[in-house]
Amino acid sequence: MTRRAALFVLALAALSLAAPLMAPYDAGLGFRDFLHAPPMRPHFQGVGAPVVHPLVLADRLEQRFEADSTRNMPLPWLGRVAGQPVFLLGADNFGRDVLSRLLYGARTSVGLALFATLGAVVIGTFAGAWAGLRGGWVDDVIMRFADFVLILPVIYVVLVLRSVLPLVLPPATVFLLVAGIFVAVGWPFVAKGVRAIVAAERDREYVQAARSLGAGPGRILVHHLIPACSGHLVVQATLLLPGFILAEATLSFVGLGFPDPVASWGTMLAEAGNYNAVARFPWTLAPAVAIFAIVLATNLIASPDEDRS
Amino acid sequence: MGRYLLRRLGFALLLVLTVSSASLLLTHLAPGDVTTEQALLLDPAALARRRAELGLDRPLAVQYLAWLSGAVRLDFGRSLLYARPVNTLIGERALNTAVLAIAALVLATVIGLPLGVYSGSGARSLGRAAVRVASILALSVPPLIGSLALVFLAARTGWLPVGGMTSSGGVDLTWSQWLADLARHLPIPALALALPLAATLERLQSQAIARAVREPFVTASRARGLGRAEAVVRHAWPVSLRPVLGLYGVMIGSLFSGSFVVEVVTSWPGLGRLMYDALKARDLYLVAGCAASGAFFLAAGTWFADALLAVADPRVRSQEAP
Repeated sequence: MTRRAALFVLALAALSLAAPLMAPYDAGLGFRDFLHAPPMRPHFQGVGAPVVHPLVLADRLEQRFEADSTRNMPLPWLGRVAGQPVFLLGADNFGRDVLSRLLYGARTSVGLALFATLGAVVIGTFAGAWAGLRGGWVDDVIMRFADFVLILPVIYVVLVLRSVLPLVLPPATVFLLVAGIFVAVGWPFVAKGVRAIVAAERDREYVQAARSLGAGPGRILVHHLIPACSGHLVVQATLLLPGFILAEATLSFVGLGFPDPVASWGTMLAEAGNYNAVARFPWTLAPAVAIFAIVLATNLIASPDEDRS
Repeated sequence: MGRYLLRRLGFALLLVLTVSSASLLLTHLAPGDVTTEQALLLDPAALARRRAELGLDRPLAVQYLAWLSGAVRLDFGRSLLYARPVNTLIGERALNTAVLAIAALVLATVIGLPLGVYSGSGARSLGRAAVRVASILALSVPPLIGSLALVFLAARTGWLPVGGMTSSGGVDLTWSQWLADLARHLPIPALALALPLAATLERLQSQAIARAVREPFVTASRARGLGRAEAVVRHAWPVSLRPVLGLYGVMIGSLFSGSFVVEVVTSWPGLGRLMYDALKARDLYLVAGCAASGAFFLAAGTWFADALLAVADPRVRSQEAP
């Protein structure tokens, strides 16, 4: 499971970095004549690359589009026709390509979650290891605090911390602030396990051997005890990651995350929160499908093989 | 047992006090206060008068102590935003959240436990495989995604009303009409909240019962001539309940987090939305009151789950007694 989980996290990181390179259009580019245009279906004709039929506005009042099946257009990566954008996943209320926003949004949402996970794992590891190694009052203080954070419902803590900070901020600042808040609520999950492992391992023979050879506590921690936690760290990272993606989506959904022009899965879902819009334009739910896929992948990785038990 | 309960009670009180004080102080530190939005409409003198009226011009320590002395008498002050006692506001909204949470918990239990007993208690079959797949899928639908998907389905098909707790025109409904209306609004938020919980319960129950049916006493009961189903339900199931009941304590927290999201998506007028509105308006006392009641429910929920565990399993009782 550890290997699969590590691969999954790496694949997500690669996806979030590479996503904007694959996006057909810029995330902020709106086509004013194509508000809420439906997804265009690729057609396979013979052996060549699939083509799409351009959309024609059939009824401006109802905002209804029809595909003009007499004309063919290449996919957006292969060629462009001026004034005729291709929306493989439809367009949103500003006529922006949902597919492009989904890909740019992956950089924001998954990138933020990865960043926060890394922070939570690093801080959780050092806090837990220090508590486990030192013992005594340090252990008491750190672990009591971690326990206290753990019993609180995470989303409320995030909500309170975010809403007491200034609301209107540039996107980069929001990114760092929200990541910081996620680290603050995420590190106890890591620290608890690390502390337990370190407290159990610190008197084992190999640690004693290292100590008798003159290794200081720092070296023992980095070279001997933290490697012993690596399995736990990977598992925790796999569990924190989808949690953070969801937390970002929730924050942006209620308007406390990224401001609108920024493409993030949460800001995209905020539009789908409108009952009337979502019934008519179901493709605005695309980020929900992406989040579902990530959570599902996590569950498949994390679920133990029950048949062998 | 008594000392244990007393310690838990002390911890619960500490939790309520810490959480509500922390959220009050944090909100106070936040930029702006409840009068910020009126600042453009009022001249400075009127604004100062308004702040004095609300008591916002006093030093933080004085405000906090005044609030604290009320809070220990369970009087959480007046909401600055709604100009009504915080207790009344919270009472109304907490009831709505409780309706939602209890409905979701019942739904999750009713779906999750029987399916878990079924899927874990026999040889592989198509039905059991289907339950397992459905469960892993449901586990991957967090309340945010679930409520959006269900709202979409409801809005698309028109089977159920979307949004709110009752239809907006329902002012002078009779009691039974109101209840029927509520029953039509409840399924979507309750199901969105219940789905992942039901799946969690199903998975755990399935594993627990799979271990329990291998116990010798189940084989013995079969040897005495009990039918398969009866042996599972009457002998294996009670033993397998211990880890499942333990999960309820953990679930209270996710129920709380989930209900905030569901309340926002489906416009359910609950505690989560009230807290969110209070936070946005910098309504100090309402924020603190919401936090206090949330912490209270959290503590009460975990306490109740522990008590349930102690009732169901005598081993816990003897362990905890010092």
